[in-house]
Amino acid sequence: MSVADEWTAGREAVAPVAETVDLLVLGAGPAGMAAATEARAHGMRVLVLDENGAPGGQVHRAVEARLAKGAVSDGQDKDGAKLAAAFRASGAQYRPGATLWAVEPGGKVFWSESGAARSIQAERLILAAGATERPLPIPGWTLPGVMSVGAAQIALKTAGLVPEGNVWLAGQGPLLWLYAVQALAKGGKIAGIIDLSPPGGFSRARPHLLRALKAPEYLLRGLVWQQRVKRATRVIQARELRAEGEGQLARMLVDGVAHPADLLLLHDGVVPNTQVTRAIAGLTHGWDPVQRCWRPALDLWGNTAVAGVMVAGDSGGIGGARAAALSGRIAALEAARALGRITTDERDGRAGPLRLLRDRQLAPRPFLDAMFPPLPEAAIPDETILCRCEEVTAGRVRQAVGLGCLGANQTKAFTRAGMGPCQGRICGPAVHGVIAAARGVPGGEVDPFRTRFPTKPLTLGELAALAG
Amino acid sequence: MRKALVIGGGLHGLSTALHLARTPGWQVTLLERRHVGRHSSGVNAGGVRRLGRALPEIALSVVAAEMWHGITALVGDDCGFRATGQVKVAESEADMARNHARVAQVRALGWTHEEVVDQAEVRRLLPAVSRHVVGAIVTRDDGSADPMRTVMAFRRAAEQAGVTIIEGVAVNGLAATADGTIRVETDHGPHEAERVANCAGAWAPDLAALAGETIPCGTKASMMIVTERLPPFVEPTVGATARALSFKQTAAGTVVIGGGHQGINDRAAETSSVLFGSLAFAARIAAEIFPCVAGARIIRTWTGTEARPPDDMPVIGESRSLPGLFHSFGFSGHGFQLSPAAGAAVAELMARGATNLPIAPFTQDRFAIPA
Repeated sequence: MSVADEWTAGREAVAPVAETVDLLVLGAGPAGMAAATEARAHGMRVLVLDENGAPGGQVHRAVEARLAKGAVSDGQDKDGAKLAAAFRASGAQYRPGATLWAVEPGGKVFWSESGAARSIQAERLILAAGATERPLPIPGWTLPGVMSVGAAQIALKTAGLVPEGNVWLAGQGPLLWLYAVQALAKGGKIAGIIDLSPPGGFSRARPHLLRALKAPEYLLRGLVWQQRVKRATRVIQARELRAEGEGQLARMLVDGVAHPADLLLLHDGVVPNTQVTRAIAGLTHGWDPVQRCWRPALDLWGNTAVAGVMVAGDSGGIGGARAAALSGRIAALEAARALGRITTDERDGRAGPLRLLRDRQLAPRPFLDAMFPPLPEAAIPDETILCRCEEVTAGRVRQAVGLGCLGANQTKAFTRAGMGPCQGRICGPAVHGVIAAARGVPGGEVDPFRTRFPTKPLTLGELAALAG
Repeated sequence: MRKALVIGGGLHGLSTALHLARTPGWQVTLLERRHVGRHSSGVNAGGVRRLGRALPEIALSVVAAEMWHGITALVGDDCGFRATGQVKVAESEADMARNHARVAQVRALGWTHEEVVDQAEVRRLLPAVSRHVVGAIVTRDDGSADPMRTVMAFRRAAEQAGVTIIEGVAVNGLAATADGTIRVETDHGPHEAERVANCAGAWAPDLAALAGETIPCGTKASMMIVTERLPPFVEPTVGATARALSFKQTAAGTVVIGGGHQGINDRAAETSSVLFGSLAFAARIAAEIFPCVAGARIIRTWTGTEARPPDDMPVIGESRSLPGLFHSFGFSGHGFQLSPAAGAAVAELMARGATNLPIAPFTQDRFAIPA
């Protein structure tokens, strides 16, 4: 049996895994799929772990199912279908439904699959964990009937669930408009959009316009989205939003004006998913002052400060699906070089055109980042719950700052914020932002919640089963 | 006012600074390289335990226990201390024999806090314990506290007593001056003081070395697990006679599991990492002694870096190479409970050169090689 056979033989989720692998890829979104495909082309043994049941990540979620139904329509779906087909044919070992929960120094990786914990020793890692939604805490956002636009998009893509009744979208960011377009195209109804973004977006973004026009399709697409949505539903510019109801969302107050509401979808942009990278000792991150988020410090190949650990795609900085796929391939070429599969010259030669393409895809980012800054945390009313698990309000976090808490970790002792089952995965950016605003310092000067493995909950019994 | 400097913003540094600042005539500054409670002080299991102490530590531990029962009077906060008892379960008749021998030894020295109990009593104390447990040693008024809350309480009390706490300052030199004081070089300029305390935990041996003194000391990275909140099922903190376990349910309902299973330290990078292959044993022991937790979700694991001399006992005493410098480190993973008493002892040593508190066993002279 050749190496390739050995690694393509076991595709079922129940199949055993080897003790070692050349490259472990976390995530089967565009970056992960492209990285695995490229790495296989250089003969590496590749294992891909992904939480979802099928390849695609968030942006290309369920793309294979749509392809099978002949429902692949837009350019994004076509990109996704192509990536997924190449990935399926690559010979990479693919484990859907696999949740990575730890990476140890030296490359030992742990995950859970069908309720059982497993581990493998990886020579190299490419972490392509994608983006995560920034929470948008408003008074009443914990009521049933209030959810995130991202969650609604998952329902739309996987189950074809379209919004019905008095459905409102609120917040800011490109995904808000994209979801509205997708939902309307599928026959959904939207009562209106509450645009909370502060005025002056275009004038903030204007200095970056020339560069953004290197890839004009992004801006054109955005304008088309907004126009399509504005034709189909009303858009209300507002500053303050509250959700109200008795045990269930019934209405919302927009700048004090009540509107009946059955479903309220919130969105405040996306940030790199740094849960795993921040838990790895020695892996440094930098603060993005425009999008107010952390991103791992990377070289142009995707190498982090920890030898052997690489990051590709949106988890290294929001760049969109096409940039993600390119950065996945670039990272895989570097991994192939590091493992001696290709020379430095080969890597540079192959990566050159990919890097130019990536530069073009990233050209509109400064414009978009300036156009869609996150909403100001200082404006969050005191009574708003930030940490949903432990029900800690913005006011209590501000109080803790008053008592001398300088960072998110210190507020735990006073408030328990971030100590519940989600471990700050949901509320982290909000708690961090509220502390920074209360202290009046840039977010980069405030410690975020220290993340620790396991980055996803597993049971004591699952862990105990690993004891030899 | 006479000047004193405490190096290290962990619980031992804070306690030393607090006690010294309450001694008339002393002006105390505390230097911390990162932030207060950064390493083991903020992340330990919070056990307030005399049960099972090494014999030379019992006397100081008994003094500390009394201080814990009056902790609010000491620092103005209850530190989350709850005297819910400590229980060390026996899983076999051989364990029980060891327990009887141990308690006899402790009682022979005049201490009565440890008590052997039978299966009926251990089941009464721990209704959820596995049926295979045959008995236990119990210390009924031991308990546990909240480590980070304790650190914050000691910090506030120290500041109220007049201690100046400076965070983000690293010491890189220690030397005697011609005036008989100690000059402390830092990355933010020098300090000078009559007395200096070395409470730098895992990095304390480096400070001793700066003063020209070699004290043998390694490190530990004891690993911990905390689960999601569960309905209340156990009050005391639980250990085991023959296996490494520390197990307790907090007031919030989460279960904290440790026991000294070791991760790895990177002392230079000031980080430590969990090794899940070893931590799996802690999970297994916990689930075997309390079967009801097997399905509980782990929400976090962590380690902290801690100094550990070869005999697992602290080093407390004046430097043999730089008079005026006083060491207090190496608590080897069981210093949390000792911190109120150890700080009082070190403060007394600094202020008047002697203390009646029982710290004689902790002199670094125990490592001296006979001439």
